[in-house]
Amino acid sequence: MTGADVVFGLLGIVCLAAALLVVTARNVIHAALWLVVCFGALAGCYLVLTAEFVAWVQVLIYIGAVVVLMLFGAMLTRAPIGRQQPLDSTNRPVAALAGLATAGILVTLVVASFKGAYVDIHHTEVGDGRVLGTAVFRYFVLAFEVASVLLLAALVGAIVLTRSDRD
Amino acid sequence: MTALEVIGKLLGCLVVFLTVPLLVGQLEHKVMAHMQSRLGPMYAGGFHGWAQLVADGVKFVQKESVVPARADRRVFELAPLVALLPYLFVLIAIPVAPGHSAHDLSVGVFFALAVVSVGVIGVLMAGWASANKYSLLGGLRAGAQLMAYELPLVLAAASVAMAAGTLSLDGIAHAWHWWWLPYQGVGLFVFFVAALAELRRPPFDMPLADSEIVFGPFTEYTGLRFGLFILAEYAGIVVFSALTAVLFLGGWKGPFLETGLGWLWLLIKTFLLSFVVIWLRVSYPRLREDQLQKFAWAGLVPLALAQVALTGVVRVATA
Repeated sequence: MTGADVVFGLLGIVCLAAALLVVTARNVIHAALWLVVCFGALAGCYLVLTAEFVAWVQVLIYIGAVVVLMLFGAMLTRAPIGRQQPLDSTNRPVAALAGLATAGILVTLVVASFKGAYVDIHHTEVGDGRVLGTAVFRYFVLAFEVASVLLLAALVGAIVLTRSDRD
Repeated sequence: MTALEVIGKLLGCLVVFLTVPLLVGQLEHKVMAHMQSRLGPMYAGGFHGWAQLVADGVKFVQKESVVPARADRRVFELAPLVALLPYLFVLIAIPVAPGHSAHDLSVGVFFALAVVSVGVIGVLMAGWASANKYSLLGGLRAGAQLMAYELPLVLAAASVAMAAGTLSLDGIAHAWHWWWLPYQGVGLFVFFVAALAELRRPPFDMPLADSEIVFGPFTEYTGLRFGLFILAEYAGIVVFSALTAVLFLGGWKGPFLETGLGWLWLLIKTFLLSFVVIWLRVSYPRLREDQLQKFAWAGLVPLALAQVALTGVVRVATA
C-alpha cells in the first residue's frame, strides 16, 4: 500500500459519497452541486493515475459545461427560488431497474476488460496530450471517428427537434 | 525542487493574487474617470487617491453580512469562494520567465481553461441561492453566456496550441514569434472577446445589467462576500489578460533581457490588456441578450473554426 493507493481510495470514497448524495438529495440544485464534487473527486482519481490530460478535460467538460448546463436547465424550467417542494417521482421502481441494469452492464464490461490490470504509476509515461493523442489518432482512430459521427448525428437531431418551420 | 521553494512560489502567487487585481481596480477608477472628463478618487491616501481601494476593502469588512431569510444558507455562503478561488489556482500555471512558473504542467492550457470554467458555478450558486428573482435572472443569463462563449475560447486556445505543437504554457511562449501576430490574430481577437464575456465585463455585462436587474446574481450580497465577488472580477481580468499575453503575445518575451526581465514583460503586457478591458467598458454600450448569443454562435465560433483550419493547413504544409 503506497501513498498513491491511500489518496486514490480516499478520493474514491468522496466520489462515491457525493454520488449517493446526488441521487438522495431532495433538491435538484443540491443534487447538481453534489455532482460537481463527484466529478471533481473523479478528476482527482485520474490525476493519481497520472492521466493528467483526461483529468483536466473531465473538469473542463463535465464541471465547466455539463453541470453548468444542468444548473441552467433546472433554474430555467422549475424556477426554484428558495426552499421548494421535495422532488419525488412516482416511477421509482422503473428508475431503480434501469439504474441497476446499466450498472450491471458497466460493471461486467469493466471487470471483463480490465480484470487484473495493474499500472505501476511510478514506471509509466505520464498521460499528457502527446501520449493520449498518439493513442487516439494512431490506434483507436476508428472508435474516434464513430464517436464523432454519433455526436454529429445527435447535434443534427437536436437542431431538427428544436426547429419550427411552421412560422 | 525543495519544499521551501514550493512554499515560496505559492506565497508569491498569493501575493500577486492579492496585489495585482487591486492595481487593476485602481487603474479602472482613474482611467474611466479621465476618459469621462472626471478626476476619479483624489483624497484617499493623499497622492491622487492611491489608497481608494484599501479604503473600499476596509469598508467591505466593516459592513454587516446579511443572508436573506429565504436563502439557501450554505450555498449562499459558499458561492463567493467558488467564484474566487479558481483564479488563484490558475496563477500557479502561468510562466513568468523562461521555464519559470510555480508549477509547469505539460497540459497547462487545458489546466487553465478547465479551472477557470469552474468559477461560473459560483455565480450560478449565488444566483439561485439568493431567493431573489433578479438574482435568478442574472444567474440564468450568466449560465447562458458562459456556455456560448466557452466554445470559441477553447477553440482559439486550441489553435495556438496546434501552432506551437505543445499544450504547455511555457512551451507556447517559447514557440512564439512576432509573425504569430498576423498568423494567430483572429485567434487573439476571438480569445480576448470570449474572455471578456466569461468575465461578464461590459459590453457583455448582461448578467449584471444594473439598469434592469439591480446587480444580477450579486444583488443580495453585502459586506465581505460582496467584496470577494468584486475581487473575483478583477482577479479574472488579471488572469485572462495574463493568459492572453502568454498564449498570443509571447508572454515573457520582450525586445531585450528576456531571462532577467521576463516577468516585467509579462506584467507590462498584462497591464496593457487590462487597460484595453477598461477602455472597452467605457466605449461600448451593453449587448442585448439575443445580440450576445448571436455574436457568439454566428460570429466568434465560425471565426475560431477558420483560425483552427488555417493553423492546421499551415502546420501540415510546413511539416
